[in-house]
Amino acid sequence: MTNASGTTKQTIVALVADRPGVLNRIASMFRRRNFNIESLAVGHSEQPDLSRMTFVVNTAPGSAEQVTKQLRKLIDVVKVSDITDEPMVAREMALIKVKATPTTRSEIIQFVEIFRADIVDVSPDSLVIEITGDEDKIDALVRLMRPFGLKEIMRTGRVAMPRGSASADAEDQDEELRYRANGGKPDGEK
Amino acid sequence: MANRKKMTGAQMVCESLLREGVEVMFGYPGGAILPFYQTLPQYPKLRHILVRHEQGAGHAADGYSRATGRVGVAVATSGPGATNLTTALATAQMDSSPMIAITGQVPRSAIGKDAFQETDVTGVSMPVTKHNYLVMETRDIPRIMKEAFYIARTGRPGPVLIDIPKDVQQEEAEFEYPDGVDLPGFRPVLDGHPAQIKKAAGLIDEAQRPLIIAGHGVIISRAYAELLDLAEKTGIPVITTLLGISGFPGDHPLHMGMPGMHGLAWNNLAIDEADVIVAIGMRFDDRVTGKVSTFAPRAKIVHIDIDPAEIGKNVKAHVPIVGDVKRVLTQLNQHVTARHDHPDRKEWRRRVDKMKKEHPSLRIRDAKGLLPQYVCSALSEVTHGDSIIVTGVGQHQMWAAQHYVFRDQGTFISSGGLGTMGFEIPAAMGAQVGRPDKTVWSVAGDGGFQMTLPELGTIAQEKIPVKFAILNNSFLGMVRQWQEIFYQRQYVATPLFSPDFMKLAEAYGMMGLRVKDKAGVGPAIHQAMKHDGPVIVEFVVVEEESVYPMIPPGLSVNEMIEEPEKMVAMQDSKEASS
Repeated sequence: MTNASGTTKQTIVALVADRPGVLNRIASMFRRRNFNIESLAVGHSEQPDLSRMTFVVNTAPGSAEQVTKQLRKLIDVVKVSDITDEPMVAREMALIKVKATPTTRSEIIQFVEIFRADIVDVSPDSLVIEITGDEDKIDALVRLMRPFGLKEIMRTGRVAMPRGSASADAEDQDEELRYRANGGKPDGEK
Repeated sequence: MANRKKMTGAQMVCESLLREGVEVMFGYPGGAILPFYQTLPQYPKLRHILVRHEQGAGHAADGYSRATGRVGVAVATSGPGATNLTTALATAQMDSSPMIAITGQVPRSAIGKDAFQETDVTGVSMPVTKHNYLVMETRDIPRIMKEAFYIARTGRPGPVLIDIPKDVQQEEAEFEYPDGVDLPGFRPVLDGHPAQIKKAAGLIDEAQRPLIIAGHGVIISRAYAELLDLAEKTGIPVITTLLGISGFPGDHPLHMGMPGMHGLAWNNLAIDEADVIVAIGMRFDDRVTGKVSTFAPRAKIVHIDIDPAEIGKNVKAHVPIVGDVKRVLTQLNQHVTARHDHPDRKEWRRRVDKMKKEHPSLRIRDAKGLLPQYVCSALSEVTHGDSIIVTGVGQHQMWAAQHYVFRDQGTFISSGGLGTMGFEIPAAMGAQVGRPDKTVWSVAGDGGFQMTLPELGTIAQEKIPVKFAILNNSFLGMVRQWQEIFYQRQYVATPLFSPDFMKLAEAYGMMGLRVKDKAGVGPAIHQAMKHDGPVIVEFVVVEEESVYPMIPPGLSVNEMIEEPEKMVAMQDSKEASS
């Protein structure tokens, strides 16, 4: 999708070595290449010694492919997939601390229930809400909470995964790139 | 296990260097790298050359690697030693030169405490290396050394830095050198995709006005014979980028010379007319393309490069082929049709030859004083185009690139991508150490020469017989040229005082020759060649001479300035309009 400034939001997932400095290496490459990271989420993967990262990048027209290619060049990056145009599950988690008085508390709780979020902490003058969903859903709840008085918001940024049997790691569109992913063995004519 | 020997980290580094076939390294000692240095006497096969500044060590290792195709090694201590290397690392990174930098680091317990001579060198060098390591366990040294050399020389080559804390160098562990590497994130593709090769061959066969643009990749991959084969079989003229120079014989009838900002006029015009461009191991640098939107407007582009990220980065490729240039060209040569004598090709070559005649870019005009172009041309004649030419950056570099006819592969060594002034002395030194069989000429400007001039001390100490040709125009010449063209001759901070180069030669115990006129050029070059040691030849050249043709930065081919007269006219019209 293209936004008003002409940039496109790209969702990329990468499998990277779980070593000190790898995040720095990746972030440094993005900054150096003038790519604009909107969010970056990191965590362990199903394989030991490898982490999985989800990037959301605002890319200028024509530079979408460069982002994945430059990522692939890093020695610590094992696999990269751009899943922007694929069926995927994308989620973000947020903790929202909102002011709550005895008069507003029940109204806030109603909203939280509608959004299938949870209250995870209660204090005399505030509540902490935990919500999981896509960015739009979280944005919507934040908008609703704003009039009550937002004290603090903590969002994780997007984590994403392609749906069903499609494995992110085998989904390179570009013929040349898929060739590379096969370790240099031709994968037959199309 | 019995065959596993206990060693210190420093010994492990030396053992690893030997196993990687290293014979020489350029370096400068200091506290944090001392354990390594104190181990060197146990390894007499490892020659160490003491430089005068770590930047010199880096450029020397780079020059060595470009001249030999082997991996150059530079050594420095922690902090300032390592940061001094960064210019050389960036140069090697931009020009894909395989290099290993070994730096000392403060002991592990002191890391992060702002200890004496501590710098986060892996952090500092991250953007200017292909990869780097901070070694935190002695037992990791063999694996890291193996990986570092593999990464430096495999795929698209580049510099790799290994930062080793002092106590890691001192500590003992068992040494076992691995046979291979396990790097799941690093698997360069070497062979071109067969379907893409066929597509490319089809496009080349059908082309009516094709051109080859050959870059540094041809030299790095040593694909001289394959490129020659492709060109001769198809009859396609070959343009060489700055770093592609000496990738194709300079005296071959299909040789076109350099394109771009200071490219020979016909190349840019031919690119403008071409219908197919076969871009081989080159990356469409802005100094080649000028304004990208007007570059090769009629051409379909076949882009061959080992680095997939280069394809489509600056210019769209119609047929991308990822792979090693030598292998891809071998594959391609099997599929292209021999069309050298086809009427279309003959017609295109006639057209190109006509452009050459109409645009005499290489004509050396008559002048009162000594022209730098004349010096480069004479150097080419006297050396029969068979010397290794190492340049810095600026006017002298462009004149050498334009007027020297390179006959042998990989004999032009120059800082292309980064444009590093000061490259010429240490890189020439490294090239000469790697290629004692060749005469190495460092073509230098008076500006760049003074940037790394202390390395003359290294050259004198090691008796490295480099010949220096300084084109002294008493200016920072290229900047002066820009001031002339774009700032109405306002020469700010470009007039340059130089030391008496003859006395300097004497001070370092070298032969010194000064030439002020045409008649002296040939004899001085001959005399320098005959001398068994380093020689400084200072050519006192015309001061306000500029490099032409020139396409001003960001402009397109039809805004090319071919001759000074036209430049002056352009300037007058600018003044009139402002």
